[in-house]
Amino acid sequence: MKKTLLVALLYFFCAGLVQAEPIRLATTTSTDNSGLLKVLIPYFEKQTGHVVHVLSVGTGHALRMGQDGNVDVVLVHAPTAEMRFVDAGYGLNRRNLMYNDFVIVGPADDPANIHGENNAVRSLQKIARGKLLFVSRGDDSGTHKKELYLWKKAKWIPELSWYREVGQGMGRALQMANELNAYTITDRGTWLVMRSQLSLKLLAEGDAELYNPYSIIAVNPARYPSINYLGAMSLIAWLTSVEGQNRIRNFRLEGQALFIPTAIKN
Amino acid sequence: MNGLLLTTQQALQLLLYGDAELWTIVLLSFSVSLKAILLTTPFALLLAFGLNHGNFPGSRIILAFFNSLLSVPTVVVGLFLYVLLTRQGPFGDLKLLFTQSAMVIGQMILCFPVLVALGYAAIQAADRRVWETARTLGAPTWFTILTIFYEVRFGLLAAVLTGFGRVISEVGISMMVGGNIMGYTRNITTAIALETSKGEFAQGIALGLVLLSLAFILTAFLSYIQSKQGVTK
Repeated sequence: MKKTLLVALLYFFCAGLVQAEPIRLATTTSTDNSGLLKVLIPYFEKQTGHVVHVLSVGTGHALRMGQDGNVDVVLVHAPTAEMRFVDAGYGLNRRNLMYNDFVIVGPADDPANIHGENNAVRSLQKIARGKLLFVSRGDDSGTHKKELYLWKKAKWIPELSWYREVGQGMGRALQMANELNAYTITDRGTWLVMRSQLSLKLLAEGDAELYNPYSIIAVNPARYPSINYLGAMSLIAWLTSVEGQNRIRNFRLEGQALFIPTAIKN
Repeated sequence: MNGLLLTTQQALQLLLYGDAELWTIVLLSFSVSLKAILLTTPFALLLAFGLNHGNFPGSRIILAFFNSLLSVPTVVVGLFLYVLLTRQGPFGDLKLLFTQSAMVIGQMILCFPVLVALGYAAIQAADRRVWETARTLGAPTWFTILTIFYEVRFGLLAAVLTGFGRVISEVGISMMVGGNIMGYTRNITTAIALETSKGEFAQGIALGLVLLSLAFILTAFLSYIQSKQGVTK
């Protein structure tokens, strides 16, 4: 009995010590929640022997983790912020990886009458004019940045009376929009995962403004010599390889292709 | 209401049919929290003993300090530790952020005051004569301390179990310095937070049930040993 206890204790203390240097990937909730990484990462780990630790947060938070050297590589979707990240010397070897798109969803009875609207800015203007509830991520994520950009283009400053900044991930924001019968903007992946639990409807899509490109960036090893730069680069190499890109293309969620790979030009 | 019944049913199925992901999370939670409590207990109890028998100036203030730390919010401990462990922080070179070790350290900080305060109360209940008798009989200090600990073992056990309850159910520290990495730092509470955000309530409830049953077992065990203590006295 005592021996078993001792062995169990030893196991507790030693497990986790015996492990190769992991690759820390900070990424957005949209890539993780859609299940894409769960499919891709095991292939990469099996082929290369690396271990990947996925930290799924918003784009802003992910970039901050990279800036502080707390992760080795970031996979995010906010081109402007990414450029700033690279220009400031926090990251390098930025590669385009894939894209999907954002869609605007809202209550089924659609009081703003944006159903079938293919202009995102006009949709938002209709919602604002009607002072209809709108849920904003409010968490500095890629989706949030895109939403703020669209409000700016719409020349409209949202008012507190109908604009709800929730400061949560996409899934949670969709649930809250559902409870509040509000409009919101979401990436298509999270929408597909969540839609069966929601009474919201997909209302507006297909605007070039709603294009949602993802890139992967290695954290600058000159700033943090101890980070796993080689691991980060091999992850980038694999994801942008023919195999990695094909696996992204073949990824299906509820029977729908979700991400279109962009790293390799034909 | 129907939805609640359905999700609970799904949750029980997940538990009973041994969903691998779910049990990985449960084991990880226990592993981290057990490490935290086991590593903290000896130091905390020795300090509690020192505060009780030392009679040095300032011992009252130290005790008051630990008492006030009893209700420190876990996110504050998490944030404090994050700032220390971030790569640019004072302990950044240790590369501990987003590891199990960071979670263990955070939980140790969390349960230390609990063990000191409750341990102090338990040791205070010991008969002062135990100390004097043991010393008179020529027992070495360490043996005397162990004797006193044995005298008040039920109270100390209650302190340890309360500390364990505090760390296994905390979410702020684990989320901040663990990072909720699947298979590595995702524990019961951070998984519940995540699953809820994804709308996967069944998995969340299943994990919640594990925590609830643990709470029941701990409470039942506590009242059992307390009733036993009543018999021995």
